[in-house]
Amino acid sequence: MAESMTNTATDKLDPLLEEITGPTPGQLLWRRVFGHRGLMIGAVVVGILTVIAILAPLLAPHDPYAQSLLARMKPPVFLGGTWEHPLGTDHLGRDYLSRLIYGARVSLLIGVVAAAISGLIGTAMGVAAGYFGGRVDAVVTFLINVRLAMPVVLVALAVVAILGGSLTVVICVLGLLLWDRFAVVMRASTLQVRQREYVAAAEAIGASVPRILLTEIMPNIANNLIVVVTLEMAHAILLEAALSFLGLGVQPPTPSWGLMVSEGKNMMLFEPWLVLIPGAVLFALVLAINLMGDGLRDVTASENRS
Amino acid sequence: MLQFILKRLGLAILVAFTVSFISFSLLFLSGDPAAALAGETASGEDIEAIRRVYGFDRPMMVQYADWLLSALRGDFGESYYFKLPVAGLIADRLSVTMTLGVCGISFALLTAVPLGVAAAVRPNSLIDRFALFMSVAGQALPSFWFGLILIVVFAIKLGWLPPSGAATWRHFVMPTIVLGYYAMPAIMRLTRAGMLEVLSSDYIRTARAKGASETRVMFKHALRNAIIPVVSLAAVQMGFMLGGSIVVESIFALYGAGYLAWESIGRNDLPTVQALILIFSMFYIVFTFLADVLNAWLDPRMRSS
Amino acid sequence: MEKTLLNVRNLTIDIPVGGGTLHAVRGIDFSLNRGEVLCIVGESGSGKSLTSLALMGLLGKKITPRADEMSFDGINLLKAGSRQMRALRGARMSMIFQEPMTSLNPAYTIGDQLIEARMLHGGASRAEARARAIELLEKVGITAAASRLSQYPHQLSGGLRQRVMIAMALMCGPELIIADEPTTALDVTIQAQILRLLVDLVREMGMAMILITHDLGVVARVADKVAVMYAGGLVETGPAADVFGQPRHPYTRGLLACIPLPGKTERGAPLGTIPGIVPSLVGEVSGCTFRTRCAEAGPDCRGTIPLRGEGAHEFRCVHAEGRRVSEQEGA
Repeated sequence: MAESMTNTATDKLDPLLEEITGPTPGQLLWRRVFGHRGLMIGAVVVGILTVIAILAPLLAPHDPYAQSLLARMKPPVFLGGTWEHPLGTDHLGRDYLSRLIYGARVSLLIGVVAAAISGLIGTAMGVAAGYFGGRVDAVVTFLINVRLAMPVVLVALAVVAILGGSLTVVICVLGLLLWDRFAVVMRASTLQVRQREYVAAAEAIGASVPRILLTEIMPNIANNLIVVVTLEMAHAILLEAALSFLGLGVQPPTPSWGLMVSEGKNMMLFEPWLVLIPGAVLFALVLAINLMGDGLRDVTASENRS
Repeated sequence: MLQFILKRLGLAILVAFTVSFISFSLLFLSGDPAAALAGETASGEDIEAIRRVYGFDRPMMVQYADWLLSALRGDFGESYYFKLPVAGLIADRLSVTMTLGVCGISFALLTAVPLGVAAAVRPNSLIDRFALFMSVAGQALPSFWFGLILIVVFAIKLGWLPPSGAATWRHFVMPTIVLGYYAMPAIMRLTRAGMLEVLSSDYIRTARAKGASETRVMFKHALRNAIIPVVSLAAVQMGFMLGGSIVVESIFALYGAGYLAWESIGRNDLPTVQALILIFSMFYIVFTFLADVLNAWLDPRMRSS
Repeated sequence: MEKTLLNVRNLTIDIPVGGGTLHAVRGIDFSLNRGEVLCIVGESGSGKSLTSLALMGLLGKKITPRADEMSFDGINLLKAGSRQMRALRGARMSMIFQEPMTSLNPAYTIGDQLIEARMLHGGASRAEARARAIELLEKVGITAAASRLSQYPHQLSGGLRQRVMIAMALMCGPELIIADEPTTALDVTIQAQILRLLVDLVREMGMAMILITHDLGVVARVADKVAVMYAGGLVETGPAADVFGQPRHPYTRGLLACIPLPGKTERGAPLGTIPGIVPSLVGEVSGCTFRTRCAEAGPDCRGTIPLRGEGAHEFRCVHAEGRRVSEQEGA
């Protein structure tokens, strides 16, 4: 009797099982990721530049710091130069391609570390504000207002000028300045998630606050966090380049793309490629990161809809 | 409404005080401002003398109170470099920066709002794709590089516009574009999203059922509601722009407040830098306050409550 | 002046969707004389609202209705340009929508919106339009009408907003009013008031009205003509007395069985229900769409269903006499 019952049960389940073995939500997400053109283009460009930055010592044809007064301002190959210096040399005879390759390290390092620092600060503030509400929220909202009122470029320039322009100082200053968007977005997302039944359920069974934050809140706002991380990486990279361009960021002879544009500026009239090339690479990297961020927003937003 | 304005004003004043304290404390980041001011070659006695003259030997809070009370009276101290009152220095330079800021935000609004409306009216059309492309590319374009390219193309190769200076309106064309384009993507996206939402609402259908023309539906019924959040955003962007004018002014050699900030930072002229940070923050605070009031007034639900 | 105000023949609305074409409205016919009230009844998704939007030319750019004829007072609505439609909308034919809470623009006062409805069609000064607005607000039962003009929609309740919407529809004295479930979103107590008001005004002003509803109790009281829609098709149409007195289509009979009648329906007796769900209208649709839920259905329901009827009372059913009943009687 029991046997026949289980038999009929599985018989009935069979066609259903076939339906269930369709794509899992994870597979569907990956399908959307690969189907999103902007996201794929962005990810490929960022991936390539990351590999180049990591393998810089292997890929760079020359020492990026080696000056050669005899080989100054050699034009790139496509403007009649030689393959000895595919992208030419700068005003001190340093190989431009090698400096570009090492410059990718500076930009990506700054983007990743500054976004990590500001992400930690902003997420902690935003989640606390959204979860606890009341006074905590009032204080965080106030701090966000204060932060937004401070002119970023000016404050960053002043602080870097006072403390001295090293890579570490620039990274720390940007990390401490760019947390506002993290706080704003994480606060809003937490407020939303906080209303959900599973949070109430966790509270009802007596889960501790850190546990709720880590296991109930964080996983559900992580997709928004990833989007902000990419956008703030791009923001930090652009700001570093602007600071270095103004002469108050990363100091020479470090190969920073912003600095390269600044150094090329004086020769811009006669050798515009000195400005064009590093700026174009910077533009491409930031564009690729933004495409990734926008793509991730699209992909995860459609996940919420379904 | 009045209650809202007072509450918002109280917040603005509180933010202003906090910002003033932060910009004042920047001076102490280096540890000893007297030593920084005296320079590397100064003797210990020189530093002590400077410490006394500038009052650095007093407790920090006393110095802050002193500085703030003077600042409230419009006295920001004396520039270390020019040996002139900071307030006068900045006042001379501010008109260029304000002109640039107003031109920049106008340029951004006049291009981004129509583009956002056009994109929302025809979603997925060519113009929508173009708007999306512009907003993605615009956010990634480094402004200093963009400015240099404009100079090379329009000032040097074509000779249409002067590369630097602030003598005529033609000097402001390129700086306006470089300063304004950065605010465009956000304004465009917000306008587009707002219009899309409003256009699918029931009251737009009502307006059409009354026999209103499409132009009237777009501008009188839809844009009026979609523009409310754009006002706030424009104020925020305007505040950012004044702060961002430092890059643009340095590229185009416009001797405004941003240029002064750049020079003063390079010269360790801290009273000037402090005053500029405070003034740029004040502009932001005032703009966002005015925008919130305007917003409340534009939205009948806020106005009547 | 022609007696027939509105004539619709073979109206078809196809909507392109992801997986093909949604045949939302399939070949419906009806006509309306001046001063008549036509009630269109049917379940949600039966195409009632789409039909009314098609008449107003408000379906949007992506959807184009097709028909052998769709005319208003001799004007071909299918051929009318957007300018011509605009001149009709709000002036000679008005519409009242289902959602009073969101149908008024939050940025403008009631007065601005009422006056706009009159001013758009010319022939009146602002002062005249204002006087008309006050007159109509009083007519729809709003007290202190003059002071209401300066109020914003958010200051009014749902019932008041719907009264304003009715006043707005009447601003130009239209010949036809289309009311799309005008009371569904309101509290039950207010529903009857608003509907009575609307019907009284229509009668008083001699307008024609298309009332879209799924409340058959209302239909029985106010309709001159009834059109019953099911799954995008018209299953039965005719004078209200005939359709209610001798319902021929099994769907109409099912609908009528669902209404409890005070005094007639026994206490505790189960109310009628129609089992099953409305079929999908995406892809090819053939035969009678009601056959999946119909107790009378037979193999011949898959074929073409001819229009049958006596005089103005028409229906589309091959088993209107009841197949089961007659077969059982025969056996």
